[in-house]
Amino acid sequence: MVGNIILYFVVALAIVIFSIMAVTTKKILRAATYLLFVLIGVAIFYFQLGYEFLGAIQVAVYAGGIMVLFVFAILLTHKPNANAAPLGSHRKIAGILASVIGGGLLLWALFTMPMLETSEGVRSLSDAIAGGPDISMKMIGRAFTGTEKYQYLLPFEAVSVLLLACIIGGVTVARKR
Amino acid sequence: MDLNILWYLVPSVVMFAAGVYGFVTRKNMIAMLVSLELILNSADLNFVIFNRFLFPDSMEGMVFSLFAIAIAAAETAVAIAIIINIYRAIGSTDIVETNKMKH
Amino acid sequence: MGVTLPILILALPFFMFLLLGIGGVKMSRKVAGILGILGMGTTMTLAYIVAFTYFFSGDPAFILDGVRQQFQVFDVTWLAFTEKLVVKIGFLLDPICAMMLVVITTISFMVHLYSWGYMEGERGFQRYYAFLSLFTFSMLGLVVATNIFQMYIFWELVGVSSFLLIGFFYRLPSAVSASKKAFIVTRFADLGFLLGILTLTYFTDTFNFVDMTSNPMNVLAETGGATFMGASVLTWAMVLIFTGGMGKSAMLPLHIWLPDAMEGPTPVSALIHAATMVVAGVYLVARMFPVYCVVDASMTFVTVVGAITAFYAAVVACTQIDIKRVLAFSTISQIAFMMVSLGVASTGGVGDGHHYTGLGYMAGMFHLFTHAMFKALLFLGAGALIHAVHSNDYTKMGGLRKYMPITHWTFLIGCLAIAGIPPFSGFFSKDEMLAAMFNNNWIWGAWMTMVAGLTAFYMFRLYYLIFWWEENPDYAHHKPHDAPWQMSVPLIFLAAVSCVAGFIPFGELVTWNGAPYHIHLEAPVACTSIIVALAAIALATKMYMKKNDLPTKFKNALPGLWTAAHRRFYWDEIYLFITHKIIFGCISKPIAWFDRHVIDATMDGFAKVTQKVSFAIRGMQSGNVQAYVLWYFFGALALAFITWICLL
Repeated sequence: MVGNIILYFVVALAIVIFSIMAVTTKKILRAATYLLFVLIGVAIFYFQLGYEFLGAIQVAVYAGGIMVLFVFAILLTHKPNANAAPLGSHRKIAGILASVIGGGLLLWALFTMPMLETSEGVRSLSDAIAGGPDISMKMIGRAFTGTEKYQYLLPFEAVSVLLLACIIGGVTVARKR
Repeated sequence: MDLNILWYLVPSVVMFAAGVYGFVTRKNMIAMLVSLELILNSADLNFVIFNRFLFPDSMEGMVFSLFAIAIAAAETAVAIAIIINIYRAIGSTDIVETNKMKH
Repeated sequence: MGVTLPILILALPFFMFLLLGIGGVKMSRKVAGILGILGMGTTMTLAYIVAFTYFFSGDPAFILDGVRQQFQVFDVTWLAFTEKLVVKIGFLLDPICAMMLVVITTISFMVHLYSWGYMEGERGFQRYYAFLSLFTFSMLGLVVATNIFQMYIFWELVGVSSFLLIGFFYRLPSAVSASKKAFIVTRFADLGFLLGILTLTYFTDTFNFVDMTSNPMNVLAETGGATFMGASVLTWAMVLIFTGGMGKSAMLPLHIWLPDAMEGPTPVSALIHAATMVVAGVYLVARMFPVYCVVDASMTFVTVVGAITAFYAAVVACTQIDIKRVLAFSTISQIAFMMVSLGVASTGGVGDGHHYTGLGYMAGMFHLFTHAMFKALLFLGAGALIHAVHSNDYTKMGGLRKYMPITHWTFLIGCLAIAGIPPFSGFFSKDEMLAAMFNNNWIWGAWMTMVAGLTAFYMFRLYYLIFWWEENPDYAHHKPHDAPWQMSVPLIFLAAVSCVAGFIPFGELVTWNGAPYHIHLEAPVACTSIIVALAAIALATKMYMKKNDLPTKFKNALPGLWTAAHRRFYWDEIYLFITHKIIFGCISKPIAWFDRHVIDATMDGFAKVTQKVSFAIRGMQSGNVQAYVLWYFFGALALAFITWICLL
């Protein structure tokens, strides 16, 4: 219980710090690295919330696949003197304004949402995990391969077609002529 | 003291705000993509959090996140392919430089 | 008579206009010229057939019990606005129309032929022939009009053709301004014409000439004795209609465009500004003659305007240096002669004898016919001179009789004709006119006899200064010679016509009511006019035949009068003063200021605001993804905010 809370604080702090650093650092490769840390932190949250499969996918697809793509892209488009070129632009004030106002509005909405008055709204994590079934691979597999209510065969197939299209599209676009 | 819904949502909000800031201010297109990933992840996280705390019996939020991750992966792959192509054409990944296509 | 020939007479020139106007660019000059001449020759032949059929066939449709009838060949509805307001297009055949058909087509054909030589090598040769055809079409349409509205339409069309032809050398600024001047002045006159038409037809409910003129008392009755500013409405209408005629026929004070119109090619001056278009005003009065006779005031107006103009133009013609301007003022004077002649006529008594009151009408028409011939001859002769000397100025001429015999003899015949020396045509027609004027009132007769003397004087002044006086030393470098055959043939033909036209029994053919009138010379009038003309010629001979200093002495004896006459009594300056100083300065400038600073400024303000706003917001459409995201994001925030406000 206490360990859970400590873990939470460590991960939450990491997410906050690294996400801010990822968008403020001057070097693009570092930005990608900080993003990796954030993604891993999110994966830990998934584990903590009891979605082990999702966490695993997060690590595998994001940290494993997408990050590799990023790093390749950065190295391919990297110039020896790229550090000299600023990553940011004159829109800093607008960006700060947008993020602060947006984030502030969201936080204010979070802390005043009427849901917090209900018992579900203030449910603790342990209660929540105890209140639901243990999500097994069998359940997930069923959900993705059935056609009943709360079953998702059609979107699943659609995503596979989309991925195929992406493979072809990616190859076509990036191919050297 | 126990962890409730707010504890998890706050880091998600910070991720989102940081993503917006990065997307608006960055000039490098890959850096913009990084910011985009932050925003997407915060959205995924939200699905899962609401699923866990408000509707623990079902798992639709998680399924949605799974789909989002798959689609995000596809989108990133295509975006990077386009960025590399642009780099080949104009020798830069600067978003401002892409104006050249207009001329 | 079928409708084929009359329609062809109108359609052929129009077709030639389209053919030469559209296809002329593709043709060589020779083809275009021959086509134009052939087309006009055919039209002339058809017009002769129609006119001769009308006059001599004895068909009861044309002549009934010795009285010539007005015959509408066809009259089709063109525009039907309301039940009463119906505009028709038709072909009216009556004595003056048939005569005009002959005059227009003859002169036009001669000018077509002449231009082939005269305009050789000019730019836009094909365009020139196209415009000539357009003019001929319009003029024919004008004279055959069955109703006053058709006449008005063609009236404007001849104005346009005149404008186009005066400005034919559109690279010369003087030609351009002359064409504008002609168009604007006649346009103002035509405004009066239109007002007159509207006033008249408001009461008569018909545009048709035959309906109006066959029973003019009805017209008077229909106006119901309405008056406006002390004169009856009918008087106003007729005077306003006459205003249009004043503009076209260059009567004082609307004469100022005609001398400037001499900037056009000389054959055009011969055709339009001497023989045909400028007599449209006379034709208009003749067409409406019975209605004019109903209101004495309008007839007096015509007479007075004509008398003043005739004298004014004759005086001015004595002092001009440009030979075409002398002829232009001569034309004004002669047309005014016809106007006076019409003005003194009336519809009273029929038959032979001294009291035939329609004599003025017949004489005016007779003079229109003879004048068209000899004035066209004089203009074409002037064209041949200009062609040879390359100047309009008589000071560059002199002694030309040895070099250009054909031009010399034909020009002399023209001068004798206009001066009124028997047996040339001008004598007969002028004598009839003077007889008519003495018949009406001896004042008019005496006045116009004086004008006739002036005419003889200035014409022979011109003749001597061109053909006698003193040779221009430049001839040594550039020997003038007679014009090519295309130009000589019309000269000889017209000279021949001028010799014999006086013997045409005109009174048998053209009278106001169609009843024949037997012309006989009135000895006192004839002798007086011959003596006056001979005296004037003798004076001119004394002054101008050999180089001497008499003209200079005269000039120095009356410097003020000479300068005033030379400057055409400052009419142009008066117009300039009125238009520039008064209208432009006092009226147009404030309006222009208001337009620029109030109306334009408002519109400019709208434009500026729109432009500024566009500049301000055009950054939103920059194509910059990040800017779009920012806008989108703030938009989403604003929506969230509004939603929250609404939920609160």
